[in-house]
Amino acid sequence: MSALVEAEGLTRILPAAVPVTLVENVTLSIAEREFIAITGPSGSGKSSLLYLLGLLDRPTSGRLLLAGEDTAPMDEATRAARRLATLGFVFQFHFLLPEFTVGENVEIPMRKLARLNRRQMRDRAVELLEALGLRDHVDKHPDQLSGGQRQRVAVARALANDPPLVLADEPTGSLDSQSSEQVFAILAGLVRERGKTVVAVTHDLAMAARMDRRIHLVDGRVVSDERTAGP
Amino acid sequence: MRLILDIAVTHIAGRGRQTLVAVLGVAVGVGFSIAMAALMQGGQDDFVARLVDTMPHVQITDDRRTSSIQPAETAFDAAAISGLRPREDRRGIINPAAASAWLEGWVPGRLAVSLNTQVVVRYLGRDVGASLVGVEPRAERAVSPIVADFVAGSFAALEAGGTNVVIGDSMAERLGARLGDTVTLVSATGRTRDFRIVGLFHTGTTARDEREAYVLLKNAQILAERTNVINEIRIKLDDPGTAPDVARRAEARLGYKAMSWQEANESILEALVVRNVIMYTVVSAIMLVAGFGIFNIVSTITHEKSRDIAIMKSLGFSEGDMQRLFVLEGVAIGAAGSALGWLLGFALVYGLSQVRFELTSTGQEISGLPIAWSLLHYVIASGFALASAAVAGYLPARRAARLNPVDIIRGAS
Repeated sequence: MSALVEAEGLTRILPAAVPVTLVENVTLSIAEREFIAITGPSGSGKSSLLYLLGLLDRPTSGRLLLAGEDTAPMDEATRAARRLATLGFVFQFHFLLPEFTVGENVEIPMRKLARLNRRQMRDRAVELLEALGLRDHVDKHPDQLSGGQRQRVAVARALANDPPLVLADEPTGSLDSQSSEQVFAILAGLVRERGKTVVAVTHDLAMAARMDRRIHLVDGRVVSDERTAGP
Repeated sequence: MRLILDIAVTHIAGRGRQTLVAVLGVAVGVGFSIAMAALMQGGQDDFVARLVDTMPHVQITDDRRTSSIQPAETAFDAAAISGLRPREDRRGIINPAAASAWLEGWVPGRLAVSLNTQVVVRYLGRDVGASLVGVEPRAERAVSPIVADFVAGSFAALEAGGTNVVIGDSMAERLGARLGDTVTLVSATGRTRDFRIVGLFHTGTTARDEREAYVLLKNAQILAERTNVINEIRIKLDDPGTAPDVARRAEARLGYKAMSWQEANESILEALVVRNVIMYTVVSAIMLVAGFGIFNIVSTITHEKSRDIAIMKSLGFSEGDMQRLFVLEGVAIGAAGSALGWLLGFALVYGLSQVRFELTSTGQEISGLPIAWSLLHYVIASGFALASAAVAGYLPARRAARLNPVDIIRGAS
């Protein structure tokens, strides 16, 4: 089984008068069905690493293979197309488009990909939202929802095009403990039931301990990469 | 693309008042451009129509642009002849019957032959120089607008035959003659003949009203002692635009100088081109101003929606998609403004066409503004509007497209 993501000496330096090293020489391999936590103190480069893996940012040096394909020669449009089809993002803040309803927000990536017809898109959006307990909120606007509900909509949107890899940046960072627990359970469900790979940046060590693998960063470098005891 | 359009529409709809202002800006620009174009074009058409109406579309005279080729020139390579003058200058169009028959065969329009000579009109000891036009009234009717300009008598009175003349009202005034009086015409060769005034015309062109006199062609030929000679063929075409082609063909065949009305009025037509350039410059300026309104709103949207831009990019929208989105927003405003501008323009043009005023100089002519109704004005105005909207949308769109989503996401979290 080939690795889903393969990083080799990944380094990201912000060009400035005094260059800032965000990520330094990170080498790791992520397989399918993994549930990975990236942890580390503030400013350790957790999010930066996630953006690199998610093709939102380009490494200064190093190699990144996505599903065996080298990402370095890809132009901007190709990278966007990969994000659309093979990656799903969940951020700390829900980042839903406020003008569109919950259902429409979930449909947007599908419409962009244009692989289904409108009817099928709608059905799939409703199905995804239903699975996340949001059946009654499909036609509401994001501002009518609670924080936890919005974050679940964001998860549904990340899953819209059925990507193999879901990247989450502090997905529970702005939620109360009950909502956090709910969102965590959903992410865990993605791995256990839907066979996705989830990589989540978190500073919640208790949560990280319940995931399958923990990559710990300090100053942009991987200081430990180990299997956890699991839940 | 539908998706991009949907997002564009929600963005614009979310900013109702600002959008309305931008749309109105474009609408006013488009509307006034249309109204201005209608007025300018109307004025120009009116002017050209007067020009075209008062003069023949093609005028074939007995002049030649180049001197005729002498047999010696064709026989010998080295022969060069210059300053040649015929012994007796018997000018006139040779074989006029054949020439007009040939023209009648293919020219899409009507033609009239005439003999133009210089005469002196004498009445009660007063002499006035005049250009005497010998015409065949029935044919003349079809090519000359003078028929409609009679203030006393009529052009038809010439048809009856006899030694009758029609002159301009200004000339009559100078002579002190009235309808029914008998004037004496003196030709260049000294022949005199009496004519009765059976009509007075007023064309509004002083030169014609003061200096033109019309008689039967036969009478003119007798007076000028040039029996059966004509020296001018005037053609009125169904489509004045074809005049240069007709003139070229006639000149090539007949050898006489055939002048289209365009050639005769080249400098005036050039001035009209300059006028149009000025008009379109002003239209561009108006649209540029309207473009600023669009730039303003699209720019505001891109700033306000930078978070959404980051999201869409993270979801898999490319830079090109983002650029299209915001250009589309600009163009959508431009299109809405254009549509509204069409209505405004139509209303303005309609309003202008209803304006009536008195010309103070004469105090009697009630006139309206010359208005041209042309779909082209609408198309051009919206063309300018959409182009300026696209540019106004493109500039902020480019900035938005280049936005690095990481910066925004970091900033938000």
